[in-house]
Amino acid sequence: MATKPVEQLDRVVIRFAGDSGDGMQLTGARFTSETALVGNDLSTLPDFPAEIRAPAGSLPGVSGFQIHFSDHDILTPGDAPNVLVAMNPAALKTNLRDLPKGGTLIVNHDAFTDRNLEKAGYDANPLEDGSLDAYHLHEVPLTSLTLEAVKDVDVTKREAERSKNMFALGLMSWLYHRPTEGTIEYIRRKFAKTQAIADANERAFKAGWAYGETSEDFAVTYEVKPATLRPGTYRNITGNQALALGLVAASVKSGLPVFLGAYPITPASALLEDLSRHKNFGIRTFQAEDEIAAIGAALGASFGGALGVCTSSGPGIVLKMETVGLAIALELPLVIVDVQRAGPSTGMPTKPEQADLLMVLFGRNSESPVPVVAASTPGGCFDAAVEACRIALKYRTPVFLLSDAYLANGSEPWLVPEVETLPDISIEFATEKNHDGEFWPYLRDPHTLARDWAIPGTPGLEHRIGGLEKHDGTGNVSYDPDNHDFMVRLRAQKVAGIDVPDLEVDDPDGAGLLVLGWGGTYGPIGAAARRVREAGGNVAHAHLTHLNPFPRNTRDVLQRYERVLVPEMNLGQLLKLVRAEFLVDAVGYNRVRGLPFRSDELADAIEGML
Amino acid sequence: MSGDELDAERGTTRPASGNGNGTAAVPLTAKDLKSDQEVRWCPGCGDYAVLAAVQSFMPELGIPRERIVFISGIGCAARFPYYMQTYGMHSIHGRAPAIATGLSASRPDLSVWVVTGDGDALSIGGNHLIHALRRNVNLKILLFNNQIYGLTKGQYSPTSPLGTLNRTTPMGSLDWPFNPISLAIGAEATFVARSIDTDRKHLTEVLRRASAHRGTAFVEIYQNCNVYNDGAFDAVREDKVNENRIPLAQGQPVRFGAQGEKGVVQRPDGTLAIVDVADVGEDALLMHDETLDDPAHAFALSRLAHTPTGPTPIGIFRAVERPVYDELMTDQLRAATEQKGAGDLDALLHAGDTWSVHS
Ligand code: SF4
Repeated sequence: MATKPVEQLDRVVIRFAGDSGDGMQLTGARFTSETALVGNDLSTLPDFPAEIRAPAGSLPGVSGFQIHFSDHDILTPGDAPNVLVAMNPAALKTNLRDLPKGGTLIVNHDAFTDRNLEKAGYDANPLEDGSLDAYHLHEVPLTSLTLEAVKDVDVTKREAERSKNMFALGLMSWLYHRPTEGTIEYIRRKFAKTQAIADANERAFKAGWAYGETSEDFAVTYEVKPATLRPGTYRNITGNQALALGLVAASVKSGLPVFLGAYPITPASALLEDLSRHKNFGIRTFQAEDEIAAIGAALGASFGGALGVCTSSGPGIVLKMETVGLAIALELPLVIVDVQRAGPSTGMPTKPEQADLLMVLFGRNSESPVPVVAASTPGGCFDAAVEACRIALKYRTPVFLLSDAYLANGSEPWLVPEVETLPDISIEFATEKNHDGEFWPYLRDPHTLARDWAIPGTPGLEHRIGGLEKHDGTGNVSYDPDNHDFMVRLRAQKVAGIDVPDLEVDDPDGAGLLVLGWGGTYGPIGAAARRVREAGGNVAHAHLTHLNPFPRNTRDVLQRYERVLVPEMNLGQLLKLVRAEFLVDAVGYNRVRGLPFRSDELADAIEGML
Repeated sequence: MSGDELDAERGTTRPASGNGNGTAAVPLTAKDLKSDQEVRWCPGCGDYAVLAAVQSFMPELGIPRERIVFISGIGCAARFPYYMQTYGMHSIHGRAPAIATGLSASRPDLSVWVVTGDGDALSIGGNHLIHALRRNVNLKILLFNNQIYGLTKGQYSPTSPLGTLNRTTPMGSLDWPFNPISLAIGAEATFVARSIDTDRKHLTEVLRRASAHRGTAFVEIYQNCNVYNDGAFDAVREDKVNENRIPLAQGQPVRFGAQGEKGVVQRPDGTLAIVDVADVGEDALLMHDETLDDPAHAFALSRLAHTPTGPTPIGIFRAVERPVYDELMTDQLRAATEQKGAGDLDALLHAGDTWSVHS
């Protein structure tokens, strides 16, 4: 068979879209694994409906997975796909608007039946009415080719049809020169219990590959060379996976067992699921009766000397605030993970937003300061988790760790760290009386202001702590006005004095405009800054990983620039803080669409200020 | 203690007893359990009697003080931990069972006690209470029932009788009260008992049994709030002649009265009735069996008195064995370690498909 010509590309964005039942997430994940093994840099973003089983073929039932891969370092899953794989009319309808004219469109011809067209709200068949003329359209009879390929396998028609995603994967793997061994192994492992289904999937996958080779519809194949990444061992990782690993690492590096209290909530449930599989690390996971009990149990475990952690999302965090207040008063370590999603209320559970910042900073009664750490990238969720635990333990304080649905589900290659290079975050429990033959639970380290932490089981240090105001030192209940004023200031001072790394600025050319971001917008802002620079513009980018306290040099950094732009997926929360805190006339760029920023829209916003 | 030692101590090995029992080096006395804090309940409050009973019976358990923890929520009774020279936490309203669950589940070596009230446990904290009970976490929950909100100065509570007149219900309360014993039994509790603040002997015996129980022990204590609800339990509390106290004794017929002249029989429909023993004969009386797995017997007993104004059962309604949450959790940690080996962080970080980039 004649080999088809190969075209070299430096980067490609592919979106797989289909019905929730079509297995698009699996297809995307497998394509991602193959791509990782090629050595491309990559970034992925799944986009799935909140409904587990929306009606088949309907618009709300469409599930998508986008992957961006390249021969160079990239920061985002890509603004727009170059290639759209649409498994049915509904997937075409909901995704076509994102495909630029001239893009490649691969559709499952068999799915464009009258009934499916009607469910997707098409009056006429788009494959026939010329409305797709602006695209490179490949109509592949995916379903019938799959049925044909597996006709000798002893599976039901439905089971046979369900392997069509593997046909699509095989075709795309051929088109982009992806290695196939990993996927075949995966299929055999996954369906080890039902040989026939394994056979059907494997045949469909191989048939997809063969179809590419033989069909005249596909004239060229594409190659994307490996990227030059920093040397080391890599794995592909989502933000939630990295965050869970970070918590395990924090447990190992602190020598304290993690106790995770959690209540299932999208998009944070995967953290509870992941950690429940690491019991051999001494990790206890407690699925509580509600969000309040989840944090309560975690705090109770902290009181007993565990590393108490709870994981949730905005609608759950709001229920936890009472207990966060108690943890502030008790001055016990506790890490509260907020995987932010679009709100208010139930909002859009699977969609990202970063609008919980002011809630975690201020959403409690009275003066109740809490340190806040925010992850910037999927892989960065690991470091953010270790950092949040470090602060919690060292300063005996609850700490908020912010992620979001975009980081949680998005993936990228992650340079696996060496265990020895991770920070030692162990602390000492009090074992001796600390004041004239007594134990005073609120006696402090003069530098960190952290109190002595004695855990139950330690003889002679029996003491009581509680939510009532207490006298500093003794911890005895106190209603003394001056003591209260002192304690309020002391708790604030303790948090303000936390050691956080300086804010780094990416400013290769000495720009006049600084873009200041935080959290999950790191990728899009970074990509936008590159885009602007490539077009000859001059812009600086700084990204906050610590929102309370701010890095010590934040004021200096902000004052170095004539103008400051703060893009956020909220209505200007960090913007309010920097304006109030540093008297800087910063300007916001705010979109709350439940979608990550596109780098081109941010590039436009930046250029508008140059 | 370093993290490692701590881990080794409690990690994956179950302590000799699930109740934190152990032998204190020097036997404790009631005095050893008194903290230096001045007790600040109203003079005459029933809480004093319970505190004294707890402080005097605890030393006999032989548990070192440092292994005892009292956790409370909010309310008058919630001040309890401050007065005990043990570890303690005065937490937030209704959440003590949740906080104590985390502590007990992560530290099976401790003896963890929850002190709560009718508002704390049955109103704002109702959810945590029922889930602690069904899980059978190793906790001893003492519910001081005074049928009133004392700390906030006298509003009706979820155990106040219908029609209670007080500050927020000038025309009488509209809500039907909980029967705490029925609630606990309905919530799958494995140990359910009722006692009275001023009956030191009975209360001590019940606390002893609660302490020895593996899992959650729920003890309702009739506690007089002499300021806002004085005499709420007088029919039973001041019942010197056993006219209204129906003592529950394991394996004994359920009977009461000065001469044991009254008794309880089971009707064909399963409900219970109070009768004159002379009318039915001793053999017809219901035999009490706290160990019955089926909760119907205990539940029927709890329904004899919805509010304690007439004959009311006192004692242990139910005491059955069921797996204990904390122990199951510890067992899973041990099993996971046996199956997979102790956690290896480096291997975990490198798990799954990895690839190398060379310089
Ligand atoms: S208000 Fe009632 S329950 Fe509270 S301390 Fe006073 S007497 Fe006791």
